[in-house]
Amino acid sequence: MTRNTPQSHQPLKVLQNISITAATVFCFTFILIMASGAPPFKAFFYIFKGSLGSWVKLSHVIQAWVPLTLCACGLLYTFRIGLWNIGIEGQMIMGAVFSTAVLRLGTQSAFPWFVLILSFVAGVIGGGLWAVIAGFLKTRSGVNEIFAGLGLNFVAQGIILWLIFGPWKRPGVASMSGTEVFPTELWLGTIKSLRLAPVGVGFAVLAIITSAILLRYSSIGLRLRAIGSNSHASYLFGMKPNQYMLLAMLLAGGFAGLAGNLQVTGVYHRLLPAISSNYGYLALLVVMLADYKVWAVPAIAFFFACLNVGSIQLPMVLQVDSSLSGVIQGALVLATLALSGWRRFQTAN
Amino acid sequence: MHIELKDIHKHYGPVRANNGVNLKVEAGTIFGILGENGAGKSTLMKILAGYIRKTSGQILLDGHVVDYTSPAIAARLGIGMLYQDPLDFPALSVLENFIIGQRRGLTQSNQSFCQKLQSLADELHFALRPDQVIRSLTIGERQQLEIIRLLALGINILVLDEPTTGISSLQKEVLFKALRQLATAGKIVILVSHKLEDVEQLCDNVTVLRRGKVTGNMQAPFDAQKLLKMMFGQIPSTPQCGRITPGKTALVMQGVSASGGRAGLEKCSIQFHQREVIGLAGLEGSGQGVFMRVAAGLKQPVQGKIHMYERDVTDQDYHVFKDYGGMYVPASRMEEGLIPSLTIAEHFALQVSGEFWVNWSKAMQKAEDSIVQFSIKGQKQTLVASLSGGNQQRLLLSFLPSNPKLLLLENPTRGLDVESGHWVWRHLQKYCRTDACIVFSSSELDEIMMVADRVLVFYNGRIIKDVPTCETSVEELGRAIAGKI
Ligand SMILES: Nc1ncnc2c1ncn2[C@@H]1O[C@H](COP(=O)(O)OP(=O)(O)OP(=O)(O)O)[C@@H](O)[C@H]1O
Ligand SMILES: [Mg+2]
Repeated sequence: MTRNTPQSHQPLKVLQNISITAATVFCFTFILIMASGAPPFKAFFYIFKGSLGSWVKLSHVIQAWVPLTLCACGLLYTFRIGLWNIGIEGQMIMGAVFSTAVLRLGTQSAFPWFVLILSFVAGVIGGGLWAVIAGFLKTRSGVNEIFAGLGLNFVAQGIILWLIFGPWKRPGVASMSGTEVFPTELWLGTIKSLRLAPVGVGFAVLAIITSAILLRYSSIGLRLRAIGSNSHASYLFGMKPNQYMLLAMLLAGGFAGLAGNLQVTGVYHRLLPAISSNYGYLALLVVMLADYKVWAVPAIAFFFACLNVGSIQLPMVLQVDSSLSGVIQGALVLATLALSGWRRFQTAN
Repeated sequence: MHIELKDIHKHYGPVRANNGVNLKVEAGTIFGILGENGAGKSTLMKILAGYIRKTSGQILLDGHVVDYTSPAIAARLGIGMLYQDPLDFPALSVLENFIIGQRRGLTQSNQSFCQKLQSLADELHFALRPDQVIRSLTIGERQQLEIIRLLALGINILVLDEPTTGISSLQKEVLFKALRQLATAGKIVILVSHKLEDVEQLCDNVTVLRRGKVTGNMQAPFDAQKLLKMMFGQIPSTPQCGRITPGKTALVMQGVSASGGRAGLEKCSIQFHQREVIGLAGLEGSGQGVFMRVAAGLKQPVQGKIHMYERDVTDQDYHVFKDYGGMYVPASRMEEGLIPSLTIAEHFALQVSGEFWVNWSKAMQKAEDSIVQFSIKGQKQTLVASLSGGNQQRLLLSFLPSNPKLLLLENPTRGLDVESGHWVWRHLQKYCRTDACIVFSSSELDEIMMVADRVLVFYNGRIIKDVPTCETSVEELGRAIAGKI
């Protein structure tokens, strides 16, 4: 068993794996859709048409791709060190909340771009803070990061609801449709007629590039991997596992917070109870399906974004349950996990 | 009954772990497989036990070709193996471990399993209690349990991979007696080892492997010199024991007590010097392990004072110990010493890199040099998990700093063949000449007598003997280990 340093890099092999996975998933979902009483090929067609059928649809897909990619990049760090950062969802929410707080203060400002930049910083801090709380619970008191993350997700959800129905409620009526819309100066600039903010796409691309560099060429990336594989030995090698766990959480939370910010400044222009759109949870699946490889993340995230956007109209046009897209995504993950287990069994022999 | 291996090959990429091995074992014999580190012994036996698949070749059981793909199927054919590291469930009891993996009839109760366990243990003179928790057992006892479990599965061919590393000499006697008993009852026992004395004591027949090939066979009585030559290609030389005058005090402990292990550590006071080599003897878990961990700052003492080169390090952690020129090498290589999913080069990268960027060129260079210098059988890109046991140990030793002040080594030659063991000591003695102090534990009294200047015997968490090696003998130390002074 040998490996090319710095990291395994056999695109052909991975491509082959992905096609096997895709084929398995296809068969599986085919059966699932049949079972739900809808014509499978038609369903696939509608998903395709609903996601890539027009420029507007494609822009919706990219809009979903940005937060997915950001969260997935963040999760790469926590997965490297062996942490299951389920709390990514709450980190994204808190990023959105912190950003909104800054934007609300800056509505009258003469320098809207400065307020926007401040809100980016606030988003990163909000997400990072929420992640570091889970990190501290893990390193100081030994609370499993999955439980801490789930708990913090509930708290974040509670905070956002309280803010929307309490202190930040719309003048007159508080409602699930969120806070008041910000003045247009505080919206991220969009491409004409497409509602797509290039700044967000820029952030996502930047996240991929920095993560790829950090994870492959920096000492941090190597140390995260070492600690994730054996923290006892890493300690004997002179590393401080707890500090790196906090760092990984901070990075993951920071990226998620930025994703939360972009949902506010680039997409909805206000704070919504469902601001995170479950992209945090979805990003966990993206990273697993990408086999924890940076360079596979953008493609898989794109695929998931298509699935997500494309299946929105399925319930209407095919009269099937709206949970079908969720079922397909779940099937994807199960198929990948089964295949990766099988592959591990193969290499063991 | 007999078993025959024909032209077995196992290739890992360019590595020929087994390269055309043939052997034949008859019923009622104890068969030895000898060979240096990385010779391919474990690989061959894992193939026999169905744990890994061969690249090519045949296995014949009573003249019929058998082909199996898992240890479970091998067990049904009567083949069972005791691995180099026990694979049991630490949190469960002896009885529970015994029951797991047994085929269970509807009517069979725990009671009947308990009786079966007890009768098998009695038959082989193993002192095992069904309600003991695995975690509290010594390696030797876990081994005994595993043997009984395999026998209850109906094993006729029992493979043991280096069963004598890490067990006491008493347990070794019990084990050997049991193995002889099994052979007399018509079973086949295959013993993998790189220790000549084990093979000489026990085996009827031996095959020597070297670089994946058979280099010779021999029947008892054995000619040790010839066997050594088959193993290494030449007869290895022993390290010279140069007595040097001790220098400054390196480590001082005053009334140190700590918890942990089976016996903890109680009121321990010692003084070690530069250029001294100190051997720690005692049954496993008698306090040597805790002693080392406390000295290294991996465990905090509940009372007492520790000084290292006149600096108080009582409540400091391991990183401080390391900064002062100390280094601790644990016995459990894969659990504590190495990082399984990293390659050899990546291990060096961890150590030579700066704060931000990995220095790959330096890491590669260092890895290449160390592979040559420590004759590690592997490449820069080899994952450490796939190195043979002995080569993992060499890699660990190659991480020692060039100018250490105090070395704490747990069983530094565990799993090493004679030649490598001697090589390691010649290497370590160089550090002594450059003013280091070496403290090591070992389950082999011969090793301690050969290389140490001074020996401490641990018994139940206390140091009950502290003498220069030239004033004592293996017999006397053996008695002290059992608590008789
Ligand atoms: N999974 C693997 N991938 C690559 N090489 C391997 C793998 N397993 C073993 N090897 C190589 O095969 C050779 C034989 O290994 P094996 O473990 O059989 O040696 P051994 O005789 O048991 O040695 P030791 O006495 O040190 O335990 C070694 O060079 C080892 O590096
Ligand atoms: Mg071996």
